[in-house]
Amino acid sequence: MKYIRDIGSYFMMLRQVFSRPTKTSVLKNLIFKEINDLIVNSLGIVVFISFFVGSVIAIQTALNMDNPLVPKSLIGFATRQSILLEFAPTFISIIMAGKVGSFITSSIGSMRVTEQIDALEVMGINSLNYLVFPKIIALLFFPFIIVISMTVGIAGGWIAAVYGGFSSAADFGAGLQEDFVPFHIVYAFIKTFVFAFILATVPSWQGYYMNGGALEVGKASTNSFVWTSVLIILANFIITQMLLS
Amino acid sequence: MIKVEDLHKSFGDEEVLKGISTTFEKGKTNIIIGQSGSGKTVFMKCLLGLFSPEKGKIIYGDKAIQDMDKDEKSVLRQQMGMLFQGGALFDSMNIEENVMFPLQMISKKSKSEMLDRVNEVLKRVNLVNVNKKLPAEISGGMQKRVAIARAIVNNPKYLFCDEPNSGLDPRTATVIDNLIQEITQEYDITTVVNTHDMNSVMEIGETIIFLKDGHLVWKGDKSLIFKTDNEAVTEFVYSSDLFKKIRIAQNIEDEKI
Repeated sequence: MKYIRDIGSYFMMLRQVFSRPTKTSVLKNLIFKEINDLIVNSLGIVVFISFFVGSVIAIQTALNMDNPLVPKSLIGFATRQSILLEFAPTFISIIMAGKVGSFITSSIGSMRVTEQIDALEVMGINSLNYLVFPKIIALLFFPFIIVISMTVGIAGGWIAAVYGGFSSAADFGAGLQEDFVPFHIVYAFIKTFVFAFILATVPSWQGYYMNGGALEVGKASTNSFVWTSVLIILANFIITQMLLS
Repeated sequence: MIKVEDLHKSFGDEEVLKGISTTFEKGKTNIIIGQSGSGKTVFMKCLLGLFSPEKGKIIYGDKAIQDMDKDEKSVLRQQMGMLFQGGALFDSMNIEENVMFPLQMISKKSKSEMLDRVNEVLKRVNLVNVNKKLPAEISGGMQKRVAIARAIVNNPKYLFCDEPNSGLDPRTATVIDNLIQEITQEYDITTVVNTHDMNSVMEIGETIIFLKDGHLVWKGDKSLIFKTDNEAVTEFVYSSDLFKKIRIAQNIEDEKI
C-alpha cells in the first residue's frame, strides 16, 4: 500500500514540477547553477573512473584470451562494446546516483528540515518547479558526461593495451572499428536521457517529501541512492529488451 | 484583518484543531499562546495556507482562502510575510540576495530599485554592512532580523511570526519583539505571533488567544491575562517562576491596599 502511495505521490510531484513556472530570469540563473553543481562538478570523478575501468576491461580481456587463434583486435572490440553499451551509460549513471543523487536529496532535504521550502511556498512560489525543474534541465546535459566517459574509457583501454604490451595500436584500432553498429550509440543515448530523468526526479522526490531532522536527511540520501539505482537497472533492462532484442 | 470561523484540522484520526473561531485585527500584534502540542503551529500553517482544514473558514479581507482560485491564493501569499522559527534563510544566498529574493520573484522593479529597497529594509532592522555575508556568518539574532527584513520587503499586509524568540538571549529577544511591534504599527499590518514565551506576550501582546488541546479557551489582552480565573491560562502563565513571584508580589500589594 505504501509503495502505491509513493508512486502516486511521485507522479503528482511531476505534475506540480511542470506547472506554475518560476520567473524566466530567475530560472535561467538556477539552471546555470545546477549545470555547474550536477554536471561540471562531476567531470573529475567520471574521467577518473572511466579511464581506469576502460584500462581494466582491456587488460582483463587480454588476460582471458588463451586461444592463439583469437585475433588481438578482440581487445579493442570488447573494450568498445563494454564501454559504449553498458559501462558509460549505465554504470556511470549508477555512480552519479551516488554522487549527484545524494547531493540532490540532502540539499532539498535540508531545505525541508530548515523550513526553507515552507518559506518558498509562503512567498507564493511553486517550490517544486523552483527546486526540481532546473535540475531536470541541467541533467539534459548528462549525455555530455557520457560522451566524455566513452572517450576517456576507450582511451584508457588503448593506453593499457598498447603500453602494457597486450596489443599493438593497429590491432586495438582495428578492434574498435570492427562490426561497429551506429545504432548502439543511439541506444546508449536513449538510455542516458531516461537515466538522467530518473537521476533528477527520484532523489528530488526523496528529499522533498522527507520528514524529521538531520538523521532523516541521511536516511533519505541512502534511500535515494538505493531507489535511483534500482530504477536505473530496471529501466536499463526494459530499454535493452525493447531496442536490442 | 483575518477572520477564522469554526476551523477543524485532523491528521489521520487525530483532530488537532477542534473548531477555532477568532479575529486577528489590523495594526495589532496578535499573539497565539499555548503549551507544546496545543495546535499553535498547525493553526498558523492553516492561516498561511500550508495546511488545508477539513472544516471552517479563514477569511482574508472579504474572501475565504478556501474559496480562492490558484491565482488569488498566489496573490494573497505575496501579501504575506513570514518569520520562521529558525529564520529559514537560504543558505546558498548572501544576506542581500535573501532579502531581495521575494522582490525578484514577483516584482517588475529594476535591479537598482530592488537593491535600494533591500538596503532600506536592512537599515530598518538595524543591519548595516552585512549585505555580502552568508547567513552562516552572522549571529542568530542578526539572522532573525534578516528574516524580518525579508518578510517585510514586499510591503506585506499580513506578517506571521513562528516562535520569533526561540534560541535567542533575553536581550536580543526583546529587540526582536520590539522590532515586530514597531513594524506592525509603522506598516499598519495584521501581525500574528505564535509563541510560548511569556516575556514576549507581556512585551508586545495586544490581542492574545490561548489554545489548549485544539480549542480556543481564552481571548483577551495582556492586562487581563493576570486577572483571568481561567484555570488553563493561569496554569500556563504561572508555570514560570518569574511570573509566580510577580503574582505573589501583586497579592501582597493588593492586601496592603
